[in-house]
Amino acid sequence: MTRHFRIGGGLHRKTLHAVDDVSLEIGEREIVALAGESGSGKSTIARLLARIYQPTAGEIYFQGKPLSGVRSRADMLRYRSDVPMVFQDPFGSINPVFRVSHGVHRSLKLHRPELSAAERTEEAKRVFDIVGLSPAADVLNRYPHELSGGQRQRVGFAQALAMRPKLILADEPVSMLDVSIRIGLLNLMKQLRDDQGVSILYITHDIASARYVADRLIVMYAGQIAEAGPVEDVLAAPKHPYTQLLLSAVPDPKAELSVDASSDRGEPPRVIDPTPGCRFRWRCPLAITDCANITPALQELSTNHGVACLVAQAGAEVKAF
Amino acid sequence: MRTGQTERLDTGLAGRTSGPVLEIRDLSVSYQTKRGTVRAVEDVSFDLASGEFLGIVGESGCGKSTLLFGIAQLLSAPAVLDGGSVMFEGVNLVNLSEHQLASIRWKKMSLVMQSAMNALNPVKTIGAQFTDAMRAHGVSSKAEITERSVEVLRMVGIDPVHLRSYPHQLSGGMRQRSMIAMAMLFTPDLVMMDEPTSALDVVAQRSLMVQIKELQQQLGFAIIFVTHDMSLVSHFSDRLMVMYAGQVAELGATRSVFDTPRHPYSAGLLDAFPSIRGPKVPLTGIPGSPPDLARPPQGCRFAPRCPKVQDRCKTGPVQLYHVEDVLVRCLRAGNGVSSGD
Repeated sequence: MTRHFRIGGGLHRKTLHAVDDVSLEIGEREIVALAGESGSGKSTIARLLARIYQPTAGEIYFQGKPLSGVRSRADMLRYRSDVPMVFQDPFGSINPVFRVSHGVHRSLKLHRPELSAAERTEEAKRVFDIVGLSPAADVLNRYPHELSGGQRQRVGFAQALAMRPKLILADEPVSMLDVSIRIGLLNLMKQLRDDQGVSILYITHDIASARYVADRLIVMYAGQIAEAGPVEDVLAAPKHPYTQLLLSAVPDPKAELSVDASSDRGEPPRVIDPTPGCRFRWRCPLAITDCANITPALQELSTNHGVACLVAQAGAEVKAF
Repeated sequence: MRTGQTERLDTGLAGRTSGPVLEIRDLSVSYQTKRGTVRAVEDVSFDLASGEFLGIVGESGCGKSTLLFGIAQLLSAPAVLDGGSVMFEGVNLVNLSEHQLASIRWKKMSLVMQSAMNALNPVKTIGAQFTDAMRAHGVSSKAEITERSVEVLRMVGIDPVHLRSYPHQLSGGMRQRSMIAMAMLFTPDLVMMDEPTSALDVVAQRSLMVQIKELQQQLGFAIIFVTHDMSLVSHFSDRLMVMYAGQVAELGATRSVFDTPRHPYSAGLLDAFPSIRGPKVPLTGIPGSPPDLARPPQGCRFAPRCPKVQDRCKTGPVQLYHVEDVLVRCLRAGNGVSSGD
C-alpha cells in the first residue's frame, strides 16, 4: 500500500498565486521536510492537505483516492483523523481554560466514538506516554500554563497521535521553542515515524533541522518547488541556485569565520498574476535569457532528485552561491 | 560625583573616552510578583570596549532581554533595578533622571527591538518617524532631517523613496533594516539589539547580519547583540556571553567559547544545533527546563540539568572562575577541568 498525494494547479486567492503547479508525494513511514522562506507557499500546502483550503486546480490523492470525492461528514472526519495537524504556536493552539486532557478527550469522542469513557482515558494516557509526557496521568490533569513550551508541543503531537493518524502535518512545530528543547521534539518526530509508523510533513525554514529528521527535502520558492530529493543528496549536491543560496545562509558555528559570504539582498517576489519564467531569475547570478520566458519544470537529474532550473537542466555546473 | 557627571553631560563634553564605552558592575534586576521576588538578572558585570561586538545568548527567561533593558534604563514595573552600576562613557546611568537620560538615548546609545512591526508606528511613514526622532533630539532644520534620513536609509541598502512608505508596505527584512537605520540617525557609540533577526528567514537574516557588521566597521560603534541562536552570532561577535537563569554562565572570546565551551550549559547549547555539514549524529539537547527563578536552586543553577553534576555543585552558589581569558561559572572550571572532558 502506498499513499499518493498529488497537488496541481494554482491557489488563486484574489490574484495571488500562493502555490502553483506543485506535485509531491509522501510515502509511508516517511518524514518529508518542506523548506522555504516565508511566503514561499509551504504553509499553504499544509492547509491544502488539511482541507482548510480547496485547491484552485489539481487534485490531492490520499491512499490512492482523490480528496475531491470526500464529501460526507463521516468521510471528512475520517480524513481529518488520518491527517491531523500540529501547529507552530504552542501557546495559542491549546485552550487555556481547560486541562490538557480536554483536547485529547474531545478529539477522541469525535473521531473514535466507539471508545468508552474509561477507554478514552486509557488512550489519552497511552499517547501522552508515547510523546514523553510522564507521568501521563499527572500531566493530563494540568492546565496549559503549567507546561513549558516544549511540553505543550508534545501535547499537540499527543492529540494528533490519539487519532491513530497516517500522516501528521507539522507546520513549524519547533520554531518557537528554545534551542535546547527543539532537539527533543525532533527526536520525537523520528520516534513517531519509527515506532508508530506515521508519516510526517515537516514544514520548516530551518534546513539543519530538516536534515536531522527528514528522509526527503523539498525546497520551495515563490509557490513552486525549486528542488526535491533525498535530504542528503540535496544537501551534498544542491543543484538549484536558490537551494545553494539557502544553504550558504545557514549559520554554522563549526565552520571558519567568514563575513564576505553572499550579500544577496534580494527579496522573494510576490506572485501576483505571474508571467512565464523562472521566479528566482531576478536574484539569480546565473540567469540566462530563457529564464525570463520559460517556466522551468521539476525534472529529475539523478535518481529521485529533481530540480526546476533551466541552467542545471542544460547540464551546466551550477555554482551560484 | 553626580553633579560633576551632569555638568559634563550638559556641556556636551562627554565625548568618546579612551576606556570602555560601557562598564557594567553587579547589575541586578528583580521582578516583584505575587509569588515573590524573581531575580531575573543577578550580579552581571562586564566591560564593553569601544567598537566591540558582544553577543549575549541564552534561552527564553534567562534574563538577556531584561539585562538589555536594565542597561538602557528602560525597566518599568514590576521590574526593579536593585543593584549595580551602568557606567556609559564615564556616567552612571542608574543615577540619571529621565530628562538627563533623554539626552543620551538615541544620540549616544540606541536600541533595536525584536519585532519591527510592533516597534514602528503603523500609521506613520518611515520618514515621519525618522523626523520625530530627530526633532525630539533638537534637530529642527527640515533640510538637515531629510538629508540625514536619506543618508541612513542608503546606509542600510534601502531606496530613499521608502521614506514615504508605511511600515506595512515593507517586507520584514526592510522593516528591520529601517529600524537599524533609525538607530543610526545620530551615529551612536553603542547600539543594543534585542533579537533583531529572529522574525526573518535565514537568507534575510544572513544579509542583515552582514549589513550590521559592515555598518559597524564603517562607523565604529559598539554592539550588544542579544539572541537565542548561538550559531547566528558565531561569525560576527568578538566576545560571547552565555546567560543561564539570570547569571553569566560563561563569558569569553567567541571563538574560544565555540571551540572549547567550558560550561556544560554552553557545551549543551552548542550540541543542540544540528549541522548541515559533516556526519549526521544523534543529538540529545539539554533535558529538563530552566529553574523557577522565584525559587532558584541552592547551588549551581544548572545543576538539575547538568550531565556532569557532582554533589558539591548543590551545596552553595558557584562563583565565576577565570580560566585563561574566559570567565566560567562552574566548579569544574575552578579546578582547571574543562567541561569538554
